Amino acid sequence: MIVAGGPVIPNFGSGSSCEVNNGWFCTDWVRQHWSDTLQPALFQHIELAAIAIGIGFAIAFALALVGFRFRLVDPPIGIVSDFLYTIPSLALFQILVPFTGISLLTVEIALVSYTLLILYRNMIEGLRAVPEEVVDAARGSGFTRAQTFRRVELPLALPAILTGLRVATVSTISIATIAPFVIAQGLGQPIYAALSQDIFKTEIFTAGGMVIALALVADGLLVLLQRRLTPWVRA
Amino acid sequence: MPGQAAELVFDEATKRYEGREGAAVERLSLTVAAGEICVLVGPSGGGKTTALRLVNRLIELTSGDIRIDGTSVREQNLVQLRRGIGYVIQQVGLFPHMTIEANIGTVPRLYGRPRSWIHTRSEELLELVGLDQSYAKRYPAQLSGGERQRVGLARALAGNPPLMLMDEPFGAIDPIVRARLQDEFLRLQKEVRKTVVFVTHDIDEAIKIGDRIAILRTGGHLAQYDTPLAILEKPADDFVAAFVGADRALKALALHTLAELELGPPADGPKCPRTTTVRDALALLLQQHANVLAVTDESGTVVGSITRDALLK
Repeated sequence: MIVAGGPVIPNFGSGSSCEVNNGWFCTDWVRQHWSDTLQPALFQHIELAAIAIGIGFAIAFALALVGFRFRLVDPPIGIVSDFLYTIPSLALFQILVPFTGISLLTVEIALVSYTLLILYRNMIEGLRAVPEEVVDAARGSGFTRAQTFRRVELPLALPAILTGLRVATVSTISIATIAPFVIAQGLGQPIYAALSQDIFKTEIFTAGGMVIALALVADGLLVLLQRRLTPWVRA
Repeated sequence: MPGQAAELVFDEATKRYEGREGAAVERLSLTVAAGEICVLVGPSGGGKTTALRLVNRLIELTSGDIRIDGTSVREQNLVQLRRGIGYVIQQVGLFPHMTIEANIGTVPRLYGRPRSWIHTRSEELLELVGLDQSYAKRYPAQLSGGERQRVGLARALAGNPPLMLMDEPFGAIDPIVRARLQDEFLRLQKEVRKTVVFVTHDIDEAIKIGDRIAILRTGGHLAQYDTPLAILEKPADDFVAAFVGADRALKALALHTLAELELGPPADGPKCPRTTTVRDALALLLQQHANVLAVTDESGTVVGSITRDALLK
């Protein structure tokens, strides 16, 4: 509903002409609302994604340990994580809300379940790709099974594991923008707000751009980590 | 850490796989004296690699026993047993994520040796296998196949094991480098005097490397176990004769030197030292279109002669 002459934009501030006319990008609005809207949303977004990736990584790793050690359980774990990945996120919220309520938990369960497939698959593939003769040499040299895993198989799977982590991180940062369908958190919140009345361009572009920038920065940091942890790959 | 060389005894060692007819290794009995190289040779399916892997229990015996210095491998703790046995394989199996120094330090690290000790040991071993110290900080991917196998050998020697198992160590290396590695391995063996079990499918390599050769036939039966010379000159049966090849008489010539022959009085002819093998002496005669060779001692003085007819006897 638009009131004649009134402001059409959400988070209405002092109302520069750019804002009143809903210009393509109003820098004064961004400056004014950085600390009360954008920055908190960014921090929430980082938190949403970090929790999901951390928990997802821990679960996927535990599953990969089991799936690598006992080949029989790998297919069922794979199928379950495949299945979780295919559920549309909004539908997953609908399924979860009756059990976990309008809560952070609901959002995190959804986000975590989307990381599992990518992380688990990369871990398993990475571990399986360790050359047989290298494992043979390790066992023949007198490594225990645990030492073989920790000192040989795991480090050699690291490039694949970190590649999985990069994909999972970027996609989680992206998917986390739908959190406001459940709780008012993250960069999805300003986007949602900008859409809810008229489409306020400045807010959409700024928040959307921040999601992209966050994903790129996170990916870049992980590339640096990958180089640091796997110096032999470029040798 | 373990010490010098150990005696290795296969005592009716047998490996059968369930659901497979016949044994992979059938009642194999042989003794490898401490400090000797025993080459296991034979056609594929002869159980050579299986026999080798029974020793460090990468494959478990079905029956019979294997003893190292009198102690059964069955009675030893699995990882302790393996740490005391050097292990070299055809594909080398270096750890790609570790530097050459860390690869060489594998077993000492398992023994809890400090970093400085490992560093010094790695320097010694790089020198022993003929690699420059600058290799220490490189990764395996930066080395050629021959260099990698040298590192593989250094890694196997690092724990100073009394016994080495080598499974076709030079099999994937081109012929020229292989010949050089064989020579260097023999030189190195003179220095370190390990007991070595060496698997190959190449009879020429077996003759060159082995103090004794065990010829295994399909089904893991031992066809003959003897010195290279005895196998060439007195093959136990048709299988061994066929396996060592129709040119076995010629191969045997390479195992004798002129010093073992009765020489004639000094005579004129192409000179050749008495350490020359009969095979090379014959080659020299043919090349020079000569009928007699002047044989010299270490100082180059002619001490006798040998004729073409005497060589061929």
